[in-house]
Amino acid sequence: MSFKFTPENLERINAEIKKYPKKQSAVMAALYIAQEQNGYITTEIMNEIAQLLDMHPHDVLGVVTFYTMYHQKPMGKYHIQVCTNVSCMLRGGYEIWNQVKNKLGIDHMQVTSDGKFSLEEVECMGSCGTAPMFAINEDYFENLSKEKVNEIIDTLKNKN
Amino acid sequence: MEKIVLPDIKDFHKLEVYLQHGGYTAAKKAFTQSTDDIIDQVKRSGLRGRGGAAFSTGLKWSFMPKTTDKPKYLCVNGDESEPGSFKDRQIFEFNPHQLIEGTIISCYAIGAKVAYIYIRGEYHKWIKLMQKALDDAYAAGYVGDKMKETFGTDFYCDIYIHKGAGAYICGEESALMNSIEGKRGYPRVKPPFPAQNGLWGCPTTINNVETITNVPPIINKGWEWFASIGEPKHPGTILFGVSGHVNKPGVYELPSGTLLTDIIYNYAGGIPGNKKILCVIPGGSSMPPLRGDQIEGVKMDAESLRAAGSAIGTGGIMVMDEDTDLVKVLARIAHFYHHESCGQCTPCREGTGWLEKILKRLVAGKGSVSDLDLLITVANQIEGNTICALGEAAAWPVKFMVERFRDYFEQRVSKEISLPVANKVHSMRHTVIPVEEIKH
Repeated sequence: MSFKFTPENLERINAEIKKYPKKQSAVMAALYIAQEQNGYITTEIMNEIAQLLDMHPHDVLGVVTFYTMYHQKPMGKYHIQVCTNVSCMLRGGYEIWNQVKNKLGIDHMQVTSDGKFSLEEVECMGSCGTAPMFAINEDYFENLSKEKVNEIIDTLKNKN
Repeated sequence: MEKIVLPDIKDFHKLEVYLQHGGYTAAKKAFTQSTDDIIDQVKRSGLRGRGGAAFSTGLKWSFMPKTTDKPKYLCVNGDESEPGSFKDRQIFEFNPHQLIEGTIISCYAIGAKVAYIYIRGEYHKWIKLMQKALDDAYAAGYVGDKMKETFGTDFYCDIYIHKGAGAYICGEESALMNSIEGKRGYPRVKPPFPAQNGLWGCPTTINNVETITNVPPIINKGWEWFASIGEPKHPGTILFGVSGHVNKPGVYELPSGTLLTDIIYNYAGGIPGNKKILCVIPGGSSMPPLRGDQIEGVKMDAESLRAAGSAIGTGGIMVMDEDTDLVKVLARIAHFYHHESCGQCTPCREGTGWLEKILKRLVAGKGSVSDLDLLITVANQIEGNTICALGEAAAWPVKFMVERFRDYFEQRVSKEISLPVANKVHSMRHTVIPVEEIKH
């Protein structure tokens, strides 16, 4: 199964390439764009990016595996990232983590059977002053309480 | 008290408001002076890096070679991944133009034509806000080749945002450069230092976001003014991020040298339930923790904290009350550094794992007092034996916490006591994003 970037995304990657003297620098942005288009990173994507940026596919894989925000398997439509690092922990981060885990019936890096939710225990997200927190996809939800967590997840469950 | 980095001005993040308050006049002023003059002013101002090492910014700039055929680069470090540190995001959100103005002045001073602002990937929202400000600045001719007309100078530079993708280590300057080059974020062996051999082998300077944001006011109001604020050896204001067991967690901009107790009790509103403080980490999770009875009279600046047995780090103050289970906290910190070790150096890659294993054993109540000595031995074997400072970052909290809380730890390992790690789940303000608007 081959992978091709959409023309718009190819244009975005080309714009990224222009920021740097060497094409390889655009690999992180290209991977983000690929993940946005495909949901997760496949071997075909890495080969395609390698070709676009004059890299060896292994070097692309090296980048994918180094950074935690690239996924090599499909994640849920709503990827919930709960911070349990110290500042959140001190304000109930683990309670939130356990609550979300129990509510969804999944653990770290697992996806619900309907593909709607996935869960990740993440390191400090820079939200220490508004702890506890989780992020859903790209958005932060801060100063969480158990009621708030229930409300957010229930709303998402009822959404298509 | 005057605020330099995060002034209390409504809509200061908007270009027109920033301009109304003297925005981009510092750049205009800077371009009429020689680069040596600018570096000299920043040196005399006493501005020191806000990213952790508190190194003199002017001195760092002066390491850049004056004559070179190679292009020079500036990297602005906004990776901000140190647990307990959440200050740079306030600058991206509330004062992006001062950061941009600081960046162009810094580029001018070191002779860089291109600057990369490296922002951690999780900060999607703040990257968008920063990009918006940058687009506005480009459109108005404050960045890019239009600068020549706007400022009437020959100098111009470009600024790009580079989005990280989840790696604490990329806050280390040489790992950050590898990340910008499109590689795994491995720290490099120094020397050569970035000023000689940085991005793509070219002279490069890396400064923290908060450091750069301090530059325009220094140029505008003069180095004497800046040097007179706070502690003379570490002047200016510092963004202190207070988190953990305090009534009003948040970022407070205060003069350097403000008393730690003042920050905790007055600004951050004290400890919930008027509990006693068991432990404070004054500069982000990698800095040596202080016992509650060690914080009296401690001033928050690099020299005073060193004398008190810790370090200023990123100014992220983590407060733990008397009911905190420190063994669990330390195990969590050890887990973090194990997770974030890049794996290049054996002492760190293996050692951080051992620290975590031993501490998890203690948390489970299966440890022994000899484990405490083992922790210190392992920590000592990591410290100083690695390419980058993550070794120290992992070793310090373990070493100093076990040493400074020896009695506590001995008591904790000898019997299983059940302490709640969180006193309660705080629910204060409502989240700002309506669920309907979550992007997917």
